[in-house]
Amino acid sequence: MSTVKHNYTRPLDFKQGRVDMTHGSGGRAMAQLIDELFLAAFDNEFLRQMNDQARFPAPSGRMVMSTDSHVVSPLFFPGGDIGCLSVHGTINDVAMSGAKPLYLSASFILEEGFPLADLRRIVESMAQAARDAGVPIVTGDTKVVEQGKGDGVFITTTGIGVVPNGVNISGERARPGDKILVSGMLGDHGVAVMSLRENLTFHTSIQSDTAALHGLVAAMVAAVPDIHVLRDPTRGGLATTLNEIARQSAVGMMLYENKIPIREQVKAACEFLGLDPLYVANEGKLAAICAPEDADRLLQAMRAHPLGSEAAIVGEVIEDQHHFVQMETAFGGRRVVDWLTGEQLPRIC
Amino acid sequence: MKYVDEFRDGALARNIAANIAREADPRRSYHLMEFCGGHTHAISRYGIADLLPANVRMIHGPGCPVCVLPAGRVENGIQLAQMPGLILCCYGDLLRVPAANGMSLLKAKAHGADVRMVYSSADAVKIAQENPQRQVVFFAIGFETTTPPTAVAIKQAQALDLKNFSVFCNHVLTPSAISHILQSPEIRQLGVLTLDGFIGPAHVSTVIGSRPYEYFAEEFQKPVVIAGFEPLDVMQAILMLVRQLNEGRAEVENEFSRAVTRDGNIKAQLLVAEVFELRRVFEWRGLGPVPYSALRIKSQYADYDAELRFQIPAVSIPDNRACECGAILRGVKHPRDCKLFGTVCTPDNPVGSCMVSSEGACAAHYSYGRFREKAS
Repeated sequence: MSTVKHNYTRPLDFKQGRVDMTHGSGGRAMAQLIDELFLAAFDNEFLRQMNDQARFPAPSGRMVMSTDSHVVSPLFFPGGDIGCLSVHGTINDVAMSGAKPLYLSASFILEEGFPLADLRRIVESMAQAARDAGVPIVTGDTKVVEQGKGDGVFITTTGIGVVPNGVNISGERARPGDKILVSGMLGDHGVAVMSLRENLTFHTSIQSDTAALHGLVAAMVAAVPDIHVLRDPTRGGLATTLNEIARQSAVGMMLYENKIPIREQVKAACEFLGLDPLYVANEGKLAAICAPEDADRLLQAMRAHPLGSEAAIVGEVIEDQHHFVQMETAFGGRRVVDWLTGEQLPRIC
Repeated sequence: MKYVDEFRDGALARNIAANIAREADPRRSYHLMEFCGGHTHAISRYGIADLLPANVRMIHGPGCPVCVLPAGRVENGIQLAQMPGLILCCYGDLLRVPAANGMSLLKAKAHGADVRMVYSSADAVKIAQENPQRQVVFFAIGFETTTPPTAVAIKQAQALDLKNFSVFCNHVLTPSAISHILQSPEIRQLGVLTLDGFIGPAHVSTVIGSRPYEYFAEEFQKPVVIAGFEPLDVMQAILMLVRQLNEGRAEVENEFSRAVTRDGNIKAQLLVAEVFELRRVFEWRGLGPVPYSALRIKSQYADYDAELRFQIPAVSIPDNRACECGAILRGVKHPRDCKLFGTVCTPDNPVGSCMVSSEGACAAHYSYGRFREKAS
């Protein structure tokens, strides 16, 4: 009798194996990668349908949808990696409308030669982040490009969610007199990623703040349903985010430098790199704007949540036909906090 | 942050501001030039102008290395970068400086040139080691602060016997620029620009010391106070200048005594003297040709001189006619006097060099100070 096992497929070599062109070809190799890696890690009832699309029940109400591509370099950084970042990034973009995120999709562009071990680490980190957030990855796609045509792995995620009734959070709702709050220490993500750049390597204990903020947002909306604006200050930092809102709402803003929470290590790193922490990226922080009478209640709700324990009121919305964001410096002067010019740090998310 | 926050203390700033307000004579004005872009940046970023009485006016000087680099030299750099196989390394600020036809190194990079931003000259040497089959040119710019590191890179390349590394040298000298400003017709004959005193450079002075400024104080009867780049340093230097002017003194004083000595860093000076020599004349953006104001690589190190290796031609490109960078760099005009400021010329689309670097007078004013213009 023959000992050959029919229907046997040699499992993927997650120790030494590498992505090759067949993994994106639509053939057996691709099916195997999906089965052994993506399905195994992301496993949920929608993905198990094994169709080209996910079918799921749609709740009534206003849906929101957001998409985000992730190209961070390096792929692994203190406090996270491109995997969890790609889950958090999209959940946060959905949550900034006040919505409860429901489903995610994930699309991978892999570079030929990328180690399967690294890919598994990234996918498992995504799966963990999605499980922790309670938001399943319900559909996905994989493509492979030739060596030299990508940078290891790029991940695009899309999320949808539903906004509770009575919540209307939008960038054009900032009004003169409103207070500006941030949920915690600024600049951690950018500095953590920067510390590993090959031409820059420096030692720091700073970890990326990458985190899913929808739990914090839910607590905030419960305390103050009429939050005017929410936004996560990612690329371009708080300065850029506030300039966007100021333009959208046709208002000015005044910040107080000595109220803005920034870690000493982040200040120090920015000091010697010649950067301004207000322009450095965050991946687990949000800025909120609300009516002055709601500000203390909102602050208390934020501080009661683990991701908002260092929240602070950092400024207020003012009338200004030129829509400048200004700051009273700790030194005692005033200055414009302008849009970011050029690119302070490429490829941080 | 220790050793930094101490120099940014708001309470102390108000204290010094009160002293300046009390001691500044209301019957006269004080026109003080901060030579360095580092000071320009600090003045704008910390809102120092808000803390000064109306009759104490700061005039921004030409001490921004990117701003004074003539467009022709940037054009040379772009042509180098476009040579097949060549890697051009430069400091980040230089990437966006406009040359002819709106071209810049950043745009050349987008068109396929291999332009790499480095944080130090040593990184350029490392890139040359890692790419032995390719020519690597370090586009060296800056005042006396960045010159010693370039000298080190050249000596390092020599020690490593690197055949593919060279330096496109554009290092310039602070004292000759200050003399040039003081001898300009606007000051000497026309009298359209009043300059009562100087805030002397911080980092440059750590290298050259305070001695080179003694000549200006003596010859032109202008007080000089060397100051650090922190905002309290600048405030204190302004107070010291006001006091000198009130007492009729014109001396070199050193506020930045924690880092600057009278003789400076002798070792760095010797290193620079070993590798570089004076150019007879060098063109500055805004100031035009300034005699003995720049350095070139000595003949012993000619192997590392990109100008010789690639036979780089002298290219002269006139600035946009409406651009006031020249007058602004000489302190004759303010950014708000320029028609292009904030309209066609912004930090995202700079026409003139003063709008490029965060140390440039126009960019600093645009980024940090322009709300004052709109308010008035």
